[in-house]
Amino acid sequence: MHDLLAGDSLPVHPDPLVIDGVSLTSRLIMGTGGAPSQEGLGAALRASGTELTTIAMRRHSATSGSSLFQVLLDNDILVLPNTAGCFTAREAVLTAELAREALETDWIKLEVIADEQTLLPDAVELVEATEQLVSRGFKVFAYTNDDPVLALRLEHLGAVAVMPLGSPIGTGLGILNPHNIDLIVSRAGVPVVLDAGIGTASDAALAMELGCDAVLLATAVTRAQDPVRMAQAFRHAVIAGRLAAQAGRIPKRQHALASSAMDGRPDL
Amino acid sequence: MTESPPAEFSLNGSARVLVSGQTTAELVAAISGRSITAEGTATDGARLGLAVARNGAVVPRSQWSKTTLEQDDVVEILSAVQGG
Repeated sequence: MHDLLAGDSLPVHPDPLVIDGVSLTSRLIMGTGGAPSQEGLGAALRASGTELTTIAMRRHSATSGSSLFQVLLDNDILVLPNTAGCFTAREAVLTAELAREALETDWIKLEVIADEQTLLPDAVELVEATEQLVSRGFKVFAYTNDDPVLALRLEHLGAVAVMPLGSPIGTGLGILNPHNIDLIVSRAGVPVVLDAGIGTASDAALAMELGCDAVLLATAVTRAQDPVRMAQAFRHAVIAGRLAAQAGRIPKRQHALASSAMDGRPDL
Repeated sequence: MTESPPAEFSLNGSARVLVSGQTTAELVAAISGRSITAEGTATDGARLGLAVARNGAVVPRSQWSKTTLEQDDVVEILSAVQGG
């Protein structure tokens, strides 16, 4: 019986996430936004077990430096630059070009937002930018609405991963439309990464149970009271949700079903 | 006799006096405090992590040493920061 309680050897079978031919052991992709200090961020990233982490491109300053990039390189974490803050396809494409030049990767998390209040993706600009970036040789990770039609269209345009939101960025509202996420997953031929809106560990576990291939989050860790502990929680939640999705859950039923046999009951 | 004001260009949103003949590579070296090869890499061998846009277009690293700054250029030098 002790083997059942042995603990941390899971998962038993190698179960890598493969995106654009790159194999990752961890299915937790971390963002770096919102961390009050770079030291704390480094500790949280290590605790999360992540192997892929997003960064933004901004005007260089002596204080921001290239030091964040160096922290990620030092921790053997792959870099996924984003186009955060871009409102148009034109801005997003130029930002992607600059990120490729600075960081020497053709991976780009494409984010084209409609307005600052919702930070929701602008579908029209997103489609336009995806087309242009794919034609320029980028590997597009498309941050998208939880719209099954749009998600499929982005895949057909050549995105290497589609990343539907659970709820708007930074809200921590979790997955507002699990049915749509389920639909996106069921029709996708590329990895689906649940991105944005995650508040706590159970949200990430739910995303994985719905069949998502990975979860991307930042604020839920970086703005938690104890980011390192929360990062550990997400590390386990993603593994747990993945295992549950593969294990095949019991169907839901209307009435109770006894788990102890009714035969052999004593007369009392 | 009036002196004409010095020629300027814009760097990351701030006006900067144009040094005649200054190349993009020299500007990157001045901003980053590292010396830059003709290929646009750092001579110390470590990754530079910088990109340059000039007048709304990327200046590839390989062109930094051949791209001379001109009056009224709008130059943006970017690096990676926390985000996303």
